[in-house]
Amino acid sequence: MSKPKHKIVIDGVSKVFGPDPQSVMPLVRDGVSKQEMLEKHGHVVGIRDVSLDIPAAGTFVVMGLSGSGKSTLIRHLNRLIDPTAGRILVDGQDILTYNDQQLREFRRSKISMVFQRFALLPHKTVLDNVIYGLVIGGMDAAKAREHGMQQIELVGLSGFENQYPRQLSGGMQQRVGLARALATDAEILLMDEAFSALDPLIRNDMQGQLKELQARLHKTIVFITHDLDEALRLGDNIAILKDGELRQVGTGSEILLKPADDYVSRFVRDVNRARVVTIGSLARKAASLPASDATEARCRELLDKTGAVVLTADGKARAVLDSRDASAASIRKALKAAARGAALPELDAAATIEECFATLAASGGPVITVSANRRSMGLVERGDVFAAMTV
Amino acid sequence: MAENFPQIVDIRAIRIFIDDGFNTIVANYGEALEIAFLPVLRMLTIMEHFLQWLPWYVVVIVLSAVTYLASRSWKASVGVAVMMFLVGVIGIWDEAMATIALMLTSTFLAVLIGIPVGVAMSRSDTMQAITIPVLDIMQTMPIFVYLIPFVMLFGPGKIPALLATIVFAIPPVIRLTNLGIRQVDAEVIEAVTSFGATPRQRLFTAQIPLAMPTIMAGINQTTMMALSMVVIASMIGAGGLGYQVLQGIQRLEVSRGLLAGLGIVFLAVIFDRIAQAYGRRMQQHLHIGS
Ligand SMILES: Nc1ncnc2c1ncn2[C@@H]1O[C@H](COP(=O)(O)OP(=O)(O)OP(=O)(O)O)[C@@H](O)[C@H]1O
Ligand SMILES: [Mg+2]
Repeated sequence: MSKPKHKIVIDGVSKVFGPDPQSVMPLVRDGVSKQEMLEKHGHVVGIRDVSLDIPAAGTFVVMGLSGSGKSTLIRHLNRLIDPTAGRILVDGQDILTYNDQQLREFRRSKISMVFQRFALLPHKTVLDNVIYGLVIGGMDAAKAREHGMQQIELVGLSGFENQYPRQLSGGMQQRVGLARALATDAEILLMDEAFSALDPLIRNDMQGQLKELQARLHKTIVFITHDLDEALRLGDNIAILKDGELRQVGTGSEILLKPADDYVSRFVRDVNRARVVTIGSLARKAASLPASDATEARCRELLDKTGAVVLTADGKARAVLDSRDASAASIRKALKAAARGAALPELDAAATIEECFATLAASGGPVITVSANRRSMGLVERGDVFAAMTV
Repeated sequence: MAENFPQIVDIRAIRIFIDDGFNTIVANYGEALEIAFLPVLRMLTIMEHFLQWLPWYVVVIVLSAVTYLASRSWKASVGVAVMMFLVGVIGIWDEAMATIALMLTSTFLAVLIGIPVGVAMSRSDTMQAITIPVLDIMQTMPIFVYLIPFVMLFGPGKIPALLATIVFAIPPVIRLTNLGIRQVDAEVIEAVTSFGATPRQRLFTAQIPLAMPTIMAGINQTTMMALSMVVIASMIGAGGLGYQVLQGIQRLEVSRGLLAGLGIVFLAVIFDRIAQAYGRRMQQHLHIGS
């Protein structure tokens, strides 16, 4: 079997609450509004026909206001809720076909969850809470404790292992929740508004800590929030829900720069774009060409294909060619510059506009952006940057 | 003259049917039932004899020690010792021991039956819908009404007294077990489930521990109700303090009734204190509530 491209695939999932959900599914499919469904038909539409592909080893944020169906959606992924219609695949397997035994196995080893109000067991110590999943899964107690202590250290709670949850602050309790979810070594981590109950400062800390952990652990995280700033900070990809319907999916920059509809654009209107939009998302593609291989003919060929060429020497950008000015003279000039000129400033494509201000201000023309692995380059104009910031 | 209520069904026939039916049961199964309940009777008599055999000061010391362990309060445990001492002083020690034996045995059995019933009730709304009216009837029906069938089945004696006490005292523990489990934070239950707990693991690692303070309140109420049943149970041969009250009424001896009544009050206070303090300590120990 080929490795599935996406870790989790949500395929046309709808969830209707009420006395006879199946009977009203045709209406739900026809798009009868959530309000009408409730008033005329006595059913609540939790989520409607949501399809999402969630890639492995990234943070996928689902965002929406209260009642938009975020909790309902995330609870489908470990089957705390079963859908009224649709399929859910994890690693290519339809989890809705699991029997009780398979489902327990799936929950014990593959997926774990962090809850908004922590949901710790008050009568167990921090350590016993952390190893809860291991112990009910049948792991030997001594081994579980040893493993649990590692998780406690990982989340920075060493020394508190014998305390009871009630004795800890909210932020610390949620770290216990996080350690408990990490303890089973599940590949998928579900977080339902995990930081919403915390003070802003603590929340900020926890977000930072999660980012650090994720950089090391590469889990597939599905993170729910109603807070756009949190979504933009944590999410590699963001999905926006409204009234149970999916409105847009994309990276933070995509959502800010190209909101799919009115709702999304009103939602993102007040965000400080300079802090979120990555410079790479504003760049147009440029081919890179080592100056040693560069001939006028080769340059022209690449210019026709991509529109811009960056000439490099020793892996550093030396000169830029633009199809808007592709005269033989300017090509020759660029080749000369590449041969003996100094290195041009470069921007990390993943950096935010704010982080690039200084470089942008200092340069006269377009600035070069480079992806993290240095495989692709781009050119960004100051005009495009200003345009992106004023929506 | 006012018009009489019209006779819609032949209620006489129904009554005859019920009485005859019950008589048949008594005739055919009475003996079998009596044998079936013999172990319970034995348990009760052993308990009674044991308590009466214990030197009085041992009982006083044990009860006040238990009070201290439960409440960590010297005042309470001295109070308990004084009250038990007074029970002895007014000459109703053996009767009080018989009453304690009946109360403890019936409470024990009520809890043994009541908790599983409450758990079952908490798991199914249908079960709850059926059980609640039954419990309501058990609590509102005058006790004498179900004393009659018990006496018919077993003849006057300790077993019908015990069974009637259980029926009377069991509703709180069932109700509060159900309530306690249903009130457990839904997110905690979701969490436990999301880590792959079986229904059984869910019950024993989360639901029962978190419902424990409520269940303890139920056990406490059940204990008190069992104690309040002793006077009535004595009428069908349970003996103990209730029998003294009954004799007081029959012989018009106010003093006898008064002293036995006082003894019942003492026991009620003692067991209420112990059970409540124990419930509080358990809540603290479980680190739940405030
Ligand atoms: N068990 C249920 N029975 C009936 N309706 C429900 C149930 N669970 C959720 N709903 C409804 O489904 C909709 C989505 O609820 P959900 O809890 O998923 O929203 P949410 O986005 O998580 O909101 P919040 O930010 O308040 O947590 C709401 O209209 C809610 O009333
Ligand atoms: Mg929610």
